[in-house]
Amino acid sequence: MNVSPPTLAVDRVTLQYRTDQNIVTAAYRISFNVLESDRFVMLGPSGCGKSTLLKAIGGFIKPSEGEIRLNGLAVKEPGPERAFVFQEFDQLLPWKTILENIVFALTNSGTLKRPEALERATHYLEKVNLSRFINAYPHTLSGGMKQRVAIARAMAMEPAVLLMDEPFAALDALTRQQMQDELLQLWEDTKFTIIFVTHSIPEAIRIGNRILLLSPHPGQVKAEINSTGNDSMDENGVKLSQRIHGTLFNKTSDTEFNHD
Amino acid sequence: MTDSLSLQSKNDRPEFFNELLEPIDEIQPASVTIWQRLYGQGVLRKFGILLILAVIWELYARSLNNPLVFPAFSDTLVALFDGFLSGELLSAGVATILLLIQGYALGLLFAAILTTLASVSKIGADLLETLTAMFNPLPSIAMLPLAMVWFGLGDGSVIFVLVHAVLWAVALNTFSGFKSVSQTLRLVGQNYGLKGPGYIFKILIPGAFASILTGMKVGWAFAWRTLIAAELVFGASSGSGGLGWYLFQKKNELLITEVFGGLLTIIVFGLIIENFVFNSIEKATVRRWGMLQ
Repeated sequence: MNVSPPTLAVDRVTLQYRTDQNIVTAAYRISFNVLESDRFVMLGPSGCGKSTLLKAIGGFIKPSEGEIRLNGLAVKEPGPERAFVFQEFDQLLPWKTILENIVFALTNSGTLKRPEALERATHYLEKVNLSRFINAYPHTLSGGMKQRVAIARAMAMEPAVLLMDEPFAALDALTRQQMQDELLQLWEDTKFTIIFVTHSIPEAIRIGNRILLLSPHPGQVKAEINSTGNDSMDENGVKLSQRIHGTLFNKTSDTEFNHD
Repeated sequence: MTDSLSLQSKNDRPEFFNELLEPIDEIQPASVTIWQRLYGQGVLRKFGILLILAVIWELYARSLNNPLVFPAFSDTLVALFDGFLSGELLSAGVATILLLIQGYALGLLFAAILTTLASVSKIGADLLETLTAMFNPLPSIAMLPLAMVWFGLGDGSVIFVLVHAVLWAVALNTFSGFKSVSQTLRLVGQNYGLKGPGYIFKILIPGAFASILTGMKVGWAFAWRTLIAAELVFGASSGSGGLGWYLFQKKNELLITEVFGGLLTIIVFGLIIENFVFNSIEKATVRRWGMLQ
C-alpha cells in the first residue's frame, strides 16, 4: 500500500518510564508510517501514551525497544527538523519578544543567520496574522495568539515533520475551532507533514487525513483509518465518529447491528 | 440522547440582527482632583510620612533639649552636611561600598560555581543542599572572630564574612530557580539544539531570573548589615575606616549628632541600592517579561 518511502517510520517501539516503585510501560510495540504531507493524528484516551510517543519522536525520550526513523535515519536526540508545538502556553520564552522567539529558534539551531532569520520570522508571523504584535512580549498575548506564535515558530524551521502535542487543548471552544481552520489553511499553502496528538474525536476527524487509534495502559495500536475531514457515513450508514468511538471502546455500535 | 428529549418551549419574541453596530462614543472618565492625583503617588505618600516623622523628631528633640543623647533633626542634617563637606563621611562611605562590591562579587562568583556543580551532577546538588543547610542559618558576623584568626585584621577578614553572607542566599535561590524552570521551556531549548553552557545561559538563567534576583537582593541585605557590623569591630585596623567605624569613632568622641548623621547615611545608601538599583533591574527584566510571581 505504501508506495512512496515513509517520511517517518515508527518501528515496533516500546516506551517505558521509571517511577519510584516500578517501571511503567506507556506504549507497547507500536508501528506506523507517516508519509510526506500527511496530517497524521494520534488519537486515544488519556493514558494511551500518545504524548509520550510524540516526545519519543521528538527525541526527548529513548525507546526501550524498537526504532524511530526520519527519512531512513534513526532518531537519537531532539532536533529542529522535528519542530515541536506543545499544549502549554509557556512554551514561548517570556524574556523574548514574539519576533525574537522565532529568530532565537532559527539562529540557535543553526538553520539561518540572523538577517535571514529575521526575514523568515517576519514572514511566518504574517502567515499567522500576528504582524502587529512582532515586538510584544508573550505575556501580553491571549492563549490563542501564543499558540499561533508557537506554530509560526515551528513552521519557520520548515521541519521534515511538525509535531503537535494537543496544541489547542487548553483553548476555549470558539478559539479552538478557529485555530483548527487556520492550521488547515496553513497546510493547504505549504503541505507540510504534521503529526498531531489529540484526545478529541471531532478534532481528529477535522485535522487528520490518517488517524491512528490507540488503546490505553499501555498504548497499543487499535486501528489506522482514513479521514476526509468530515464526519461522513460509510456504506453502512455509520458515522466516522461512531466507528472511532466503537473501536476505541470495544463496542459495536447499535447502527451496525441494525444493518446486519 | 438529545434526540429523545423534546425541548419545545413557547417563544413569541421575534429574532433580530444588527447589521451595523452603533459607533462607540468616547466616554469621558470622571475627573480627578489634584489632591486625588497626588495621593495616588506612592512616593509622595511615603515622602509625606517621612516629613511628619522628621517634624516629630525635631519637636521631641527640642523639648528634650539634650543633644548628647538625642540631637535634633536639623542639627543632624547640619552634621551630615559637614561630614560630607569635610570628606570624612564621604570617604567612609566609599570605603564601605568598595569593600562591599569586592565581597559581593566574590560571593556571586562562588555561588555561580556551586550552582553549576549542583546543576550538572546529583553529588553537586547534594553538596549544595548540605552546605546551605549548614551555613545559611549561621549569621555571617559570627564567623568574624575566626576570620580574624585566618586572614588577620584587614579587608581579607571582612571580605570573607561578606562572601559567607552572599554565597548561600544566592546559591540557594539560583538553584531552586533552576529547578523550577518549566519542563516545557527545557524541552523547547533542547528542540532548538541548546546544550551545555548555551542551555544554561539561554534557558535556565533567564528562566530562573526572578529567583536569582531575589537571591541577590537577600544576599545584598545580609552583606550590608554584616559589613556595617564588622566595621564597628575593627574598621581602624584596615587603614581607612568605613561607615561602621565612623559611627564607633564618633560615639567615642561623644559626637552624638555625627553618629546620627552616620546612621542616616547608612539608611540612605541602603535605600538607594534597594530601591533604585534592584528595582530598576527588576523593571527592565522580570517585570517587563511578566515573570514576577
